[in-house]
Amino acid sequence: MSYFSDIYNGIKTLLTGMSVTGGYFIRARKGSLTQQYPDNRDTLKMFDRFRGEVVMPHNENNEHYCTGCQSCEIACPNGSIEIVWDRQVDPETGKKKKMIDKHIYHLSMCTMCGLCIEACPTDAIVWAQNYENSVYDRALLTKVLNQPGSKVKAGIEE
Amino acid sequence: MMNLPLNITKTVHDWIFSIMPDTAATITIWVIVAAAYLALFAVAGLYLVLLERKVAAWFQLRLGPNRVGPFGMFQTMADALKLVSKELTSNDRIDKFLYNLAPYFVIVASLIAIGVFPFSQQFQAFDINIGLFFLFSVSSIGVIGILLGGWASNNKYSLIGAMRSGLQTISYELSVGLSILTMVLLTGTLQLSEIIEIQRTGGWLILQGHIPAVIAFMIFMIAGTAETNRAPFDLVEAESELGAGFHTEYSGMKFAYFFLAEFINMFIIASIAVVLFFGGWLSPFGITEGITWFPEFLWFLIKVLVVIMTMMWFRWTFPRLRVDQLLTLEWKYLLPINLVNLVIMAIVIWLNWTI
Repeated sequence: MSYFSDIYNGIKTLLTGMSVTGGYFIRARKGSLTQQYPDNRDTLKMFDRFRGEVVMPHNENNEHYCTGCQSCEIACPNGSIEIVWDRQVDPETGKKKKMIDKHIYHLSMCTMCGLCIEACPTDAIVWAQNYENSVYDRALLTKVLNQPGSKVKAGIEE
Repeated sequence: MMNLPLNITKTVHDWIFSIMPDTAATITIWVIVAAAYLALFAVAGLYLVLLERKVAAWFQLRLGPNRVGPFGMFQTMADALKLVSKELTSNDRIDKFLYNLAPYFVIVASLIAIGVFPFSQQFQAFDINIGLFFLFSVSSIGVIGILLGGWASNNKYSLIGAMRSGLQTISYELSVGLSILTMVLLTGTLQLSEIIEIQRTGGWLILQGHIPAVIAFMIFMIAGTAETNRAPFDLVEAESELGAGFHTEYSGMKFAYFFLAEFINMFIIASIAVVLFFGGWLSPFGITEGITWFPEFLWFLIKVLVVIMTMMWFRWTFPRLRVDQLLTLEWKYLLPINLVNLVIMAIVIWLNWTI
């Protein structure tokens, strides 16, 4: 006798589905997900998990968290990250230490896979939420992430 | 005071007969009526497409077309203009004659069908005593166009789509016919205007026939949605499987004919449902019966739009059926239920249990 219960269950599940979409239909005027982009350019704010580009945050003393360990460079599957580094004498301890000169990021090669950010042991690089990344010259897409004159924050390596 | 639409048509009618001989006047009036129906057809088609897009957007928490004109009012007109201006492409190995014939089959079939509907008491082009039978037979011609289009395109996806359409129509025509037959038992006539007259005194047929009428209505809606090849029964043009199905090889206005015909067919199915179950142009509970100037076709349009909304609701909620599920639904569920329902309706009428 599953014939009649099949009919009953079929109709019941169909009505459940229709009540869900019907609810959407009624709420659609207020809760629309559409962003009318060029119109709301000033107010549009991207959600947190949006992957715009990789940036390196600096604090107010122009210090970053990058120790130059090159984990991100190794993790990157298509070589978007190049780190130029050398060993310099740390003025505080007097020891020789690995320091980054330039953290070069090729946005034009980046596929936004996020492996570099996962690999970073000190959370020195994060995702930014900007999305208007198009430029007229592709050379502008090669960015140096550490600001000029910045240095690594003391004590981050320990 | 006379009914307003009738007043206008009567004035035009008298004026045309006063300025030319009878034969010429009759032909002129035929042409005017045909032009009026064509215009109605085009406008209804365009705005149903717009409605579909808007409603689809709302069901998916989107906004829908809103750039061309206020609320996107002219979006579909712009689309139609674009389609008119496009080149009519075709590939080399098509059957030229059938390929070009197919869209006309589809669109003429739905155009003929729209002529018999009583939009209001006077607004009916063609009131024949076998109205429902005529509608039913004419609306089946459309599938020949689809089969021809798929066959003549010489494209295996088109052919699969067309064959699926044939299969689907053969199966579901049965359910549409039987559910209409169930209601014809109750009305005792096939003439659309008389069916509405019966409902003026006795209430809408879905109330008169209560349980069997409600079952017949549900079956009619399911089978009618399948007849129009709309989702969840859109195996004919299943985008994810067949490209665009039977109209893959069509472009420009020929494609637009298929597209418009789909929406007009939806309008036709909804109109049959309104005439058979919801009293046609009659107002609910007779609230505007005393007001003679009230345009009755508004009630007809409102009811049709409600039914169309339900069909759109189906489309944007349910997933597409597989071919075997399609056939199981028809031959194992709808058809037996329909046959039993026919007997129940006969018993209800025999024992005078109608309301």
